[in-house]
Amino acid sequence: MSRGTLIDLLYLVAALTFILALKGLGSPKRARMGNVIAAAGMLLAVVATFFNRVDGHPLHHVLLILLGMAVGLVVAVPTARFVQMTAMPQLVAIFNGVGGGAACLVSLTEFIHIKSTKPATYVVLEVLLGVLIGTVSFSGSAIAFAKLQELMTGRPITYAGQQFINALVGLAALAVIVITLVTSSTALLWVLLVVAFVLGIAFVLPIGGADVPVLISLLNSFTGLAVAASGFTLGSNLLIVAGTLVGASGTLLTMLMSKAMGRSLPNILFSAFGSVVTAGTGAGAEQRSVRSGSPEDVAVMLGFASRVVFIPGYGLAVAQAQNVLRELAENLEKKGVEVFYAIHPVAGRMPGHMNVLLAEANVPYDDLIEMDEANSELTTADVAIVVGANDTVNPAATDDPASPIYGMPIIHADAAENVIFMKRSMRPGFAGIDNELLYNPKTTLVFGDAKDTLTKIVAAVKAS
Amino acid sequence: MTNVLLQYATVFVLSVFVGIEIISKVPSILHTPLMSGSNAIHGVILVGSMLILGAANTNAEEVLGFLAVILATLNVVGGFVVTDRMLEMFKPRTPRAKPGAKADADGAKGADS
Repeated sequence: MSRGTLIDLLYLVAALTFILALKGLGSPKRARMGNVIAAAGMLLAVVATFFNRVDGHPLHHVLLILLGMAVGLVVAVPTARFVQMTAMPQLVAIFNGVGGGAACLVSLTEFIHIKSTKPATYVVLEVLLGVLIGTVSFSGSAIAFAKLQELMTGRPITYAGQQFINALVGLAALAVIVITLVTSSTALLWVLLVVAFVLGIAFVLPIGGADVPVLISLLNSFTGLAVAASGFTLGSNLLIVAGTLVGASGTLLTMLMSKAMGRSLPNILFSAFGSVVTAGTGAGAEQRSVRSGSPEDVAVMLGFASRVVFIPGYGLAVAQAQNVLRELAENLEKKGVEVFYAIHPVAGRMPGHMNVLLAEANVPYDDLIEMDEANSELTTADVAIVVGANDTVNPAATDDPASPIYGMPIIHADAAENVIFMKRSMRPGFAGIDNELLYNPKTTLVFGDAKDTLTKIVAAVKAS
Repeated sequence: MTNVLLQYATVFVLSVFVGIEIISKVPSILHTPLMSGSNAIHGVILVGSMLILGAANTNAEEVLGFLAVILATLNVVGGFVVTDRMLEMFKPRTPRAKPGAKADADGAKGADS
């Protein structure tokens, strides 16, 4: 067997591991194994590539390749290991962005490499698509990162004629592609690079912080497609298979995510969701009466409860209060109170994010119940405690057709006998929408940092 | 040459179907790890980056190829490590679905808190 055949076979094995990995990632039991399998396949492919030949000679610049990898390793491992779990969505965004950037560079460099050989039109098209999609993913992910990291406002950024200008930028990109194909001018490639960069930014700016995770999923599938395009240019089946797998599954995943939020993908991408604060939150909002209570009041209320449901949100994780919450649950259980955690599919910043955050605090997996089950449990619950959640319990999603979140499935906290709403202030949530639940006569507001409040409640419950 | 293109196109089309088929039933709690895991998989562009830098003849190609290797390594390494960190949380736990088993599980929990 020749060296080339052997390497191709190893690539085939790697491609298989990626398929098995994606399959495994779909089941809680095999997910971690799946990830390890993919990493092994990747290592195999990378090692095999060192023995590959290009243009009929062994790889040049092996030292430079190793140096580049070393730089990447030194930066990536600590970042990925030690960044707070709450910042995970940003991390995924940035790692996705650099992948898009790499795909763009590969297409670009290959084009410089082969341009003297007068490549066929379809090869030029592959290059252009790789550059376009890779760059959009790169700059789009950068903005998504900035939004989630709060380097810039998480609110949608809109201006007059935005849709029109975005459409114009998109058309400009298409025009550059067509002109390049006709004239095969390399200078235009650089123009495309710039236009694509602007397009990625313009595309992401109007998308609100709450929707950014769905956007990241979409950009993830873009990067996959950019990798596939590079695969066409380089003539690598491995890149085509892996890139296309991610492109296809990522697109499906994006749609599943938007479905979990009760919205359609075009609505998320083009409606500048959350840019306007809905009517009802006007000047009168602050004068409306709310009932607030102290942590001790809450402890008394809990003392009489037999079923309690916690509804955690991202604010819980920001306050680093997961462990205290679990402690409260344990103390209540000791007193014979039944405790559940109701998890909204998009609680946290991404689907499944809250499960991970709670699991990190050793909350038993079986105490977590999903939205549908939670809503039936809540009808018989004595107390629902909302900690750091807001939009996912906002009744406007079912009651107010004018609300931007209308139609999103929510957890009906108000179905419980009493609602305790822990909030730092009266400020609206991530989506920027006022919450009727705050004014519900069943609701007791407890202002303050979630961790402080919970610690006080735990102390009061222990003392009682 | 067009035969080669057709072969790649075949691989592409089949991969689309495989990609859709394998994740059709994913519970929502795994959406985030799945996104992150597939993020790592497109880090396979590292292979492409290596081939590019390995074939580089000019300074421009060397610089761009070197950058590509760095970015791709970030993608692949960061992707796998983050995903593994997320999935660490899904390790199996003592089941406590039945009320009878509940007391034992509570006792065990009390010890580590």
